[in-house]
Amino acid sequence: MAYVIEMLDITKTFPGIKANDKVTLQVEQGSIHALLGENGAGKSTLMSILFGLYSPDSGSIKVRGKDVRITNPNIANALGIGMVHQHFKLVHNFTVTENIILGLEPKSGLVIDRKKAAARVREISELYGLKVDPEAKIEDISVGMQQRVEILKMLYRDAEILIFDEPTAVLTPQEIHELMGIMRRLVKEGKTILLITHKLKEIKEAADYCTVLRRGRLIGTVPVAETTEQQMAEMMVGREVSFHVEKAPANPGPTLLTIEHINVRNAKGLLGVKDLSLEVRAGEILGICGIDGNGQTELIRAITGLATVESGKILNKGKDITSLPIKERTGLGLGHIPEDRHKHGLILDFRLDENFVVHSFDHAPFSHAGILDFKAIRSNADRLIAEFDVRCGQGGATPVRSMSGGNQQKAIVAREIDQSPDVLIVAQPTRGLDVGAIEYIHRRLVAERDKGKGILLISLELDEILDVSDRIAVIYGGEIVGMVNAAETNENELGLMMAGSVRKVS
Amino acid sequence: MSILLTMIPIALVYATPIVIAALGGLYSERSGIVNIALEGIMMVGAFTAAAVTAVLEPSTTWAAYYGIAAGIVAGMIFSLLHAFASVNLKADQVVSGTALNILAGGLTVYLCQIFFDQQRTNAFTTGLAKVSVPGLKGIPFLGPVLFMDVYSTTYAAILLVLLTWFVVYKTPFGLRMRSCGEHPQAAASMGINVLAMRYTGVIISGALAGLAGGAMVLTQDIQYTLGSIHGTGFIALACLIFGKWNPFGVLGAGLFFGFSQALSIYAKDIAFLQKVPLDFFYMLPYVLTVIALVVFSGKSVGPKAAGELYDAGKR
Repeated sequence: MAYVIEMLDITKTFPGIKANDKVTLQVEQGSIHALLGENGAGKSTLMSILFGLYSPDSGSIKVRGKDVRITNPNIANALGIGMVHQHFKLVHNFTVTENIILGLEPKSGLVIDRKKAAARVREISELYGLKVDPEAKIEDISVGMQQRVEILKMLYRDAEILIFDEPTAVLTPQEIHELMGIMRRLVKEGKTILLITHKLKEIKEAADYCTVLRRGRLIGTVPVAETTEQQMAEMMVGREVSFHVEKAPANPGPTLLTIEHINVRNAKGLLGVKDLSLEVRAGEILGICGIDGNGQTELIRAITGLATVESGKILNKGKDITSLPIKERTGLGLGHIPEDRHKHGLILDFRLDENFVVHSFDHAPFSHAGILDFKAIRSNADRLIAEFDVRCGQGGATPVRSMSGGNQQKAIVAREIDQSPDVLIVAQPTRGLDVGAIEYIHRRLVAERDKGKGILLISLELDEILDVSDRIAVIYGGEIVGMVNAAETNENELGLMMAGSVRKVS
Repeated sequence: MSILLTMIPIALVYATPIVIAALGGLYSERSGIVNIALEGIMMVGAFTAAAVTAVLEPSTTWAAYYGIAAGIVAGMIFSLLHAFASVNLKADQVVSGTALNILAGGLTVYLCQIFFDQQRTNAFTTGLAKVSVPGLKGIPFLGPVLFMDVYSTTYAAILLVLLTWFVVYKTPFGLRMRSCGEHPQAAASMGINVLAMRYTGVIISGALAGLAGGAMVLTQDIQYTLGSIHGTGFIALACLIFGKWNPFGVLGAGLFFGFSQALSIYAKDIAFLQKVPLDFFYMLPYVLTVIALVVFSGKSVGPKAAGELYDAGKR
């Protein structure tokens, strides 16, 4: 068997943790090889070692059968290893071509040969079916397109082995589907792909082999075709995982949140939400599903007070909150788990304990007479960290930026649920999280429901909507085009409504 | 009209150091380092140029050019302090720049005291000589204005605008430098040495600000004093913002400020401006600087990462 990459007995220790403990990874030429593990299992460390960002404490790396020492990314590039980073490294006001050729510019005389560069970009783009416009500016193209630019950067440098670091975390379902197609095309043209992910569905769909890591240790490598999602999940988490959310039938009480005929404009000034009405009752989870960009963001922003409502009314327990400031809405029992946790959920450069009190720092017990009570703030953090199992290196003093995405999300969930709001607006709560964390967050949401809270869940993940919600509203073009009971519907029916071809309001 | 024509050469004299220094700022900021030390670097360049010129004038007719060359070198060396503080020590770039501005005043006067026993350099007699372009100066109307009795530094400024445009927008070096000012992590991931690039940007800005200082003192003064630069470095900074970090924008903004300074000289000859107190025109360039900054700073977009510490691990 010809292995294009062999990482043998790799060990890497960081202060306090063994990120990789004698991990072996062997990748066959021309295959898609998935690397599966929870957040913090050591996947990224292993790939960073392969890419030359870290050097291993012990172990060896062979590329195409030859022993190599990869001490910086340039050596990795020279060996034909390229990495598509999770957080894109693109210059926003450069064109696609400029981003791709940066550092390796074709020249005629002293000048960059832009024509030649654009032609080459177009040629590679067509060969792999990427359909990227070489002249477009990065800031004008979609996230999915930006990712393709990242892929093109690697291909332009003749990378043979492409590492994809959680490539689907930022993509819409359509873009994910297209990406899978692109990966298959790349493999057909002789490339080898290493896919870092914790999404089992994608592994099942695209990968040939799957190597599972757990807490820095190698659990095993399995052929994907002969392994079920359930088996892989158990290898990853180390216990039986339930994909299905255990919950009793809902026992809905009185209406808590009422939305009456609201219109909301989007960032472009057009109506993003049109004449939309909804009701969320106590003790139920109302799911909103739809394809990204159909008004979900505007709806969330209108309810939470981040956007102004053009017309219509929003009532919380009968009180009109349509034009109240955000702080007053929070005070009236409205919680919000935002879709963009970095932008609206956390202050990344603040400590964890400070982030826990962003709503409540200005009154007892966290401050007295205008002076912050750090003792109370710290013990509050300790309590939430323990209760919600937020993993953070230095407890409440941990800078939030340094925490993994899953734990950042847990921190937000902890803060919002701890406020005990009657109505909780939950957007994309499990984006980018692993199955263990997803399971946990879903359980907490259901527990809140059972306490009699009303939950509005907005998600792009159809599975999540189907699993967690009691009722499901489908949003399309800023309108609710479907309202069904979760128990009485299926993916097909929802899909048709999400595409706008069927309307059903029961 | 004739007044306007006579104003143009004066305006060009004033605009020259502004444009050159602003181009210096452009290199620095495009590479990601905010350089508010332009003023201080200009002072050091001006002092060096004036001192060398004053000393060499008796022995050579090229004294002013030696002076300018020395000013450039001094500017580069002085700017190294800023590069070291903001790149290696990761100091706040505004604080480092301010420190350099304060240091420049003390340093130059101190050196004057040592070399010339007074708080200014000795006076030079001609400074930079004016040149005429044979042939072109005969062009009616334009000839006397643009090609007769003009300082060579003015032509240098215009050439530098063209050169800067070419370097920044056409060459691989320019593309890499701009990427360091916009998204250093992206640049680094493509194998570009961000720190070296930022050093280069700051040193170029030191050379240009040194040149600007030399050009200024040798064309507008008879010796270097503490007041020789009188805020021109800050005006250059305003020009950079005004001109949207673009060489041609910088040229336009520099000419605008040059004219506003020339106006203070000619205002008494222009009928409808005679009633206005002269002080108003002295004040004008600075007021315009403040207004330009207020009006344009919100809208114009500079290099995104300028002023930001480069942290290789930032997400």
